[in-house]
Amino acid sequence: MDLELTPEQEEFRKIVRAFAEEVVGPRAEAMDRAGALDPVVLDQMAAMGLFGLPFPEEVGGMGADYTTLCLAIEELARVDSSVAITLEAAVGLGAMPIWRYGSAEQHQRWLRPLAAGEQLGAFGLTEPAGGSDAGALATRATLDGDEWVIDGTKALITNAGLDRSGLVTVAAVTGQRPDGRHEITNIIVPTGTPGYRVGRSYAKVGWHASDTRELIFESCRVPVANTLGERGAGLANFLRTLEEGRVAVAALATGLCQGCVDECTRYAREREAFGQPIAAFQAVAFKIADMEVRAHTARLAWQQAAAKLDAGQPFGREAAIAKLYASEAAVTSARDAVQVHGGYGFMEEFPVARFYRDAKVLEIGEGTSEIMRILIARSLGLG
Amino acid sequence: MKILVTVKRVPDTAAEKRLDPADKTLDRESVETILNPVDEYAVEEALRLKEQHGGEVVVLCMGPSSALATVRKALSMGPDAAVHVHDDALHGSCAFNTAKVLQAAIRQVEPDIVLCGSESTDARTSLVPSALAEYLGWPGLTGAKQLEVDGATVRVHRETENGYDVVEADGPAVVSVVKGINEPRYPSFKGIMAAKSKPVTDYTLADLGVDPGEVGTAGATTEVVDFAPRPPRQAGQQVKDPGDGSAAVELAEFLAGHKFI
Ligand SMILES: Cc1cc2nc3c(=O)[nH]c(=O)nc-3n(C[C@H](O)[C@H](O)[C@H](O)COP(=O)(O)OP(=O)(O)OC[C@H]3O[C@@H](n4cnc5c(N)ncnc54)[C@H](O)[C@@H]3O)c2cc1C
Repeated sequence: MDLELTPEQEEFRKIVRAFAEEVVGPRAEAMDRAGALDPVVLDQMAAMGLFGLPFPEEVGGMGADYTTLCLAIEELARVDSSVAITLEAAVGLGAMPIWRYGSAEQHQRWLRPLAAGEQLGAFGLTEPAGGSDAGALATRATLDGDEWVIDGTKALITNAGLDRSGLVTVAAVTGQRPDGRHEITNIIVPTGTPGYRVGRSYAKVGWHASDTRELIFESCRVPVANTLGERGAGLANFLRTLEEGRVAVAALATGLCQGCVDECTRYAREREAFGQPIAAFQAVAFKIADMEVRAHTARLAWQQAAAKLDAGQPFGREAAIAKLYASEAAVTSARDAVQVHGGYGFMEEFPVARFYRDAKVLEIGEGTSEIMRILIARSLGLG
Repeated sequence: MKILVTVKRVPDTAAEKRLDPADKTLDRESVETILNPVDEYAVEEALRLKEQHGGEVVVLCMGPSSALATVRKALSMGPDAAVHVHDDALHGSCAFNTAKVLQAAIRQVEPDIVLCGSESTDARTSLVPSALAEYLGWPGLTGAKQLEVDGATVRVHRETENGYDVVEADGPAVVSVVKGINEPRYPSFKGIMAAKSKPVTDYTLADLGVDPGEVGTAGATTEVVDFAPRPPRQAGQQVKDPGDGSAAVELAEFLAGHKFI
């Protein structure tokens, strides 16, 4: 598997890095404090085509691939995880299932505005009673003539409550399969549909500027034409979506790891103690060396998983390994990065304080570390 | 409207630069190179003019064949085509020779307006836009912080110490822009891919009818006689107060001695 990036991908990585440093970085602290993204950032991301990266030009995309999307996510996460997860959830979870499972008509109607970044998409799977056991849903949709009537609540959903939130794809139980298990179907619900209410924002530990909401569906009616993919194919389709999303989350975690290296390298050279830069103390330098190892290894892991995904090969095992490794690496590196900064590391003026708060959720979202270990163990024929 | 933008490949501003002792020119191969930063503003302004008035944007670069990467970088922002002038005889050209060659290329393209960045970060002479206007026999409007094109009239706001001057001329004209005239766009992935297949016309000096003896090191109107690295900074002089306030007098005398006060 060739992990070399093309010259165009290298060029694009540099451009996203410049954007992250010049436009996102200076706003990161204020956006975190405000609990909202600056629309200027989202507008520029849209103008750069970030929301359309992995989709073909016929549906308004950029004609790139998943690897290129992950490159952009990694570069953004180097300075701001909230911006990076907004992109990851919008493309990986919101738009991607519509691209993969939507009809040509659905591509034109729903995917186009998402690929252009005019609207952001959301993916509503998790419910208040549970996320890991994705098949055990309580949200129901019943057919009434040519309409679905949806009832239920979704929890912890990203990108549904923004001004530019366009739609959420809801996973709902639509019946029972012959084996007695739930028949699950994915249904597109546009923002503003009567009976679909977006709840309050959660008060989160990190990812402050990213939008996370509870969604409430009460006799919410949408045309049966909004069914995404086959009726009953919902479970298989969203499992595939999550599998892909893990690669992107691994890239995001890699970016956070890299941000820790960058911040600590700079700080350790400038900060003095006992008459010398703290970088001269092996205890500090080795911590940063270990961060570099984690960033490097996490990058290789996501790039390999993404290369397989782009080549149309099975990548689930690699995605689980990359997600598990990179997210745990991010948590460790962020903790050490605060340590390298001493007391200032606990102050919000320093990005590492934000990295510390932002890292933890990476071990939870899009499949917890426990679920990743289950998948990896299973790939070894265990458990 | 046909809009031409000049772009230059320069060493990365952050990079350590090296002069070649043999011919006292900048060693352009040893450092990471970028598109001259203020040229990005000129490209952006050109794209905005096109968005307003329609037409075509052509970028023009004089530089060795390796400068093609810079040409593509400029194209990735959105211009339609490029002209690249490269010829071994151009090595060592001074600002005036550069303007002469650019002028010859511009006559091939026949644009309605020429936009330049106000200076390049390597040589910093700021001479090329004015020299270019002179050679073309066109009005030169330099230092534009704002640009309007209204029919045949080209109007710029040029920042001054107390405000700005409004300068106006009939086109075709050469306009040099300063940073802050706009916010250059970041290229999209599609832009990068599209740049690979946009037409780039190559010209040699012969194609442009320029005599090689007039340009390059041979025809340079200026010569770098010598160069030396900046001497390391001397340790500063410390003034310690023995406790009677006499240090203040010593400081005042130091400043007066250097005519600061
Ligand atoms: C900020 C944020 C944004 C999110 N965005 C979205 C979104 O856009 N869309 C969406 O659908 N969801 C979203 N989620 C939900 C997320 O995917 C779930 O939180 C996650 O899948 C875990 O589910 P849970 O929270 O219900 O935990 P639970 O499933 O209740 O798990 C609790 C604990 O039990 C462990 N556990 C569960 N089952 C097993 C098992 N079989 N073996 C061993 N251990 C087990 C888990 O690993 C965990 O440690 C988001 C979450 C957060 C925090």
